[in-house]
Amino acid sequence: MSVQELETIFDNKLEREIRIEPKDWMPDNYRKNLIRMISQHAHSEIVGMLPEGNWITRAPSLRRKATLLAKVQDEAGHGLYLYAAAETMGISREEMIDQLLTGKAKYSSIFNYPTLTWADIGAIGWLVDGAAIMNQVPLCRTSYGPYARAMIRVCKEESFHQRQGFEILLTLCRGSKEQKDMAQDALNRWWWPSLMMFGPNDDNSPHTAQSMKWKIKRFTNDELRQKFVDICTEQAKVLGLAIPDKDLKWNEEKMHYDFGEINWEEFNNVVNGNGPCNKERMAARIKAHEEGAWVREAALAYSEKKKQRQTPTAA
Amino acid sequence: MIETLNKTEASHPSPTGEGREGTEGPLWEVFIRSKQGLDHKHVGSLHATDAKMAIENARDVYTRRMEGVSIWVVESKNIHASNPDEAASMYDPANDKVYRHPTFYNLPDELKHM
Repeated sequence: MSVQELETIFDNKLEREIRIEPKDWMPDNYRKNLIRMISQHAHSEIVGMLPEGNWITRAPSLRRKATLLAKVQDEAGHGLYLYAAAETMGISREEMIDQLLTGKAKYSSIFNYPTLTWADIGAIGWLVDGAAIMNQVPLCRTSYGPYARAMIRVCKEESFHQRQGFEILLTLCRGSKEQKDMAQDALNRWWWPSLMMFGPNDDNSPHTAQSMKWKIKRFTNDELRQKFVDICTEQAKVLGLAIPDKDLKWNEEKMHYDFGEINWEEFNNVVNGNGPCNKERMAARIKAHEEGAWVREAALAYSEKKKQRQTPTAA
Repeated sequence: MIETLNKTEASHPSPTGEGREGTEGPLWEVFIRSKQGLDHKHVGSLHATDAKMAIENARDVYTRRMEGVSIWVVESKNIHASNPDEAASMYDPANDKVYRHPTFYNLPDELKHM
């Protein structure tokens, strides 16, 4: 079959909402684009464990500690689902990890911000996981089967993440003045980076149009960001916290909240490696990878040895 | 009739070569029985150096919320699958045999319990 015929079959499947599966023919750029997207997503889950891991030993109660542990463990699992989904496209996990550790692959810029207080753990659950869920729910219908299936699993598990974060903030907001101030301070620092999580504006996003055409993405960056602002603004009222945006205002005509301009210079700086914690995060990943090398080697050596024992040598 | 047997999605068409086993160990496919009486169902894959590790990792990754009562793991390279490119001819023979379905038969309404 000619490439043109194959492309027609592929387009036709997308048209009819039939999922693309690993063995199906797909355009090279579809594959490349998805590998980039899924692996970035996987890396984000893995690096995302670091800012929260920072507070596991200092969680204020056993309940909070158990929850945070479970959440961070979930992120590791989500990383694995996603690496496995990317592997079905013909890239190995080692290659992906290598791309992360050499700085060739990116991860979500949000994880380059520090977690300074306990309230940050609440803000991450509410806003960062909230934004992630906003992105991930439509990805459950993405055109590539393994990615969609991984997303369904992730979304099911992630809904507790957001709720636990909101509960942390709610508890602080109902506490002493110092506690409420701490919650407000966390919101002040996490609000804008959370909005940046949706990526550049649509007219500035190099991949969006093609991803929409391929039905990888179902909504544009700006559409999702608007939805997020609308929902969070209402939720902030429950907490009694003020969103740090003087331009945030209900627009009766659009039936949406208008909001201020994102500091794209900051976004670009963080994406390009100059955020507050970029170096620290990469150093932590490299250290973990290097210090875990002997475990991987030992496990392989053990399985080799066992295989040799099972094959009886001439007596 | 079936000209070629093909590896599944499971056995990931890696450009780095079949059966490539890096430092992460081979790939395993995980099947979980969610409750007694139901089939094992494919849930995903993972790397492990042997079957025991694969089962333990599968427990940690895929049953953290009581999703299963039994786990199967099988090394991905041992799974063979039909080729999607041949789907048309492969399943064509069943396409014109509607008489294999009960709704094909015209029976009077007064007939009960059939």
